[in-house]
Amino acid sequence: MGILELIIVSLIKIIVIAVVMLLTVSYLVYFERKIAAWAQNRIGPNRVGPAGIFQPFADVLKLLLKEDIVPTAANKYMHTLAPMIALFVAFSTFAVLPIGPSFTAFGKVFSFVVADVNIGILYVLALTSVGVYAITFSGWSSGSKYSLLGGIRSSAQMISYEISMGFSVAGVILLAESLRPIAIVNAQSGWMWNIVLQPIGFITFLVSAFAETNRLPFDLPEAEPELVGGYHTEYSSMKFAAFFLSEYANMIISSALIVTLYLGGWQIPYLEMLKLPAGWVVTLQVVAFILKLIFIMFFFIWVRWSIPRFRYDQLMNIGWKVMFPLSLLNLLWVAILAMIL
Amino acid sequence: MAKKNRLKDLSFGQRIYITEILKGLRLTLKNMFLPKFTMQYPEVKFDPPASYRGRPVLAMEENGQERCVACGLCSRVCPALAIEVQAAETENEKERYPVKFEINMLRCIFCGFCEEVCPEEAILMSKDYELAFTNRADAIYGKDKLLTPVSKLQDRINFVRQFK
Ligand code: SF4
Ligand code: SF4
Repeated sequence: MGILELIIVSLIKIIVIAVVMLLTVSYLVYFERKIAAWAQNRIGPNRVGPAGIFQPFADVLKLLLKEDIVPTAANKYMHTLAPMIALFVAFSTFAVLPIGPSFTAFGKVFSFVVADVNIGILYVLALTSVGVYAITFSGWSSGSKYSLLGGIRSSAQMISYEISMGFSVAGVILLAESLRPIAIVNAQSGWMWNIVLQPIGFITFLVSAFAETNRLPFDLPEAEPELVGGYHTEYSSMKFAAFFLSEYANMIISSALIVTLYLGGWQIPYLEMLKLPAGWVVTLQVVAFILKLIFIMFFFIWVRWSIPRFRYDQLMNIGWKVMFPLSLLNLLWVAILAMIL
Repeated sequence: MAKKNRLKDLSFGQRIYITEILKGLRLTLKNMFLPKFTMQYPEVKFDPPASYRGRPVLAMEENGQERCVACGLCSRVCPALAIEVQAAETENEKERYPVKFEINMLRCIFCGFCEEVCPEEAILMSKDYELAFTNRADAIYGKDKLLTPVSKLQDRINFVRQFK
């Protein structure tokens, strides 16, 4: 492929992914509300359009029309910068996650990933760490005690759980012998999914993912009863929307990461035994990836409406005294496994 | 009384959270498929029971006269100072009637004290809960809005007689 072709293909992929992400985020919010309602024996939003399916657009319109308030005590530049960082991180992380295998069409090889980076997993981990800055900056620059407390909690929480997350990922990398997401998926062919091979690693990663995305039961940075809105208390209008959006985008990314690392990405076991034409196989695999993604996202929402929030000391206890040793144990297990296999 | 489970009393299975979390998840999943309780409000209206305290109204006899004798007790007891009564004399058997009876619905807190204190069963809590105004003057209900035929209030009168 020439350089021009590469740029054009990448641009198209970026636009497609960005649009799909935005739509998914809005419908994720809709389904969050719907599932919350169902779990509580309610109906949920059902007024805007049939069964309320235009609700997300009404919400966005409302946010657009709101006044954008910056508190006088706030540091203006930091206050504006924080939501931008959050959005940037949320949207750039998806670039390295493959949603399907590469295929050949018109004599060229295409792949379902914006950038097939050979250190993809490192890139994801690095960017999610940058995401901490968005929350810390917003908390610190708002000039409000609630925001500050939310920001501090968040940085402590994210740093604690990043360690167990990193160690769980190390287990995956050890088995796949590569940092490239596509290679990791290929290493999990058949039933060799990492969830089967290293269930403890899966659990520690899942719990860390919940903590990293600030979802209940780990949503201490924005614990409404204590901190009003947490780190985004002082945000309004589109800046608030940016935080909201990035939060849900982060949820999608975590789900995609879980699917890629532990649920075999786009792999369907025993698919090759059916001897389908190549086009069918690719379509089925992409659908499989999306279905797995939807299930994990549903799981995120499901957990949110089932489990109450941890106390701060419990959070730290679990992070350091349970998750960290467990992820180390998992690493040991994987090392033994790697010797046998 | 439910047995209190302290951390030290928990079994290992309960301590590692996972089984308990799965139990919780199962419960919420089950609830997602149970029938919903939501009432589709503007289409389906809530019909309150007799014990419901909606906006206070004045009872009107069949002959079109109010029961109220303008004693002013309700206005005196109202904790929100929502009622204003002005008495006058009439030729009727009861001899007194309110020339002016106003309840400020922005002040009323639906406590029902006025109903409780009234010696004539003249002021009663209705089942009307749709109270929306576009300006403050509209929120002051005069006699025209307060007078309601006794026949419509029978439910509440029975309730009051039984429990007051
Ligand atoms: S219900 Fe209570 S607040 Fe309302 S008018 Fe009667 S006494 Fe006053
Ligand atoms: S409504 Fe009852 S308490 Fe109030 S002034 Fe009339 S008679 Fe007296």
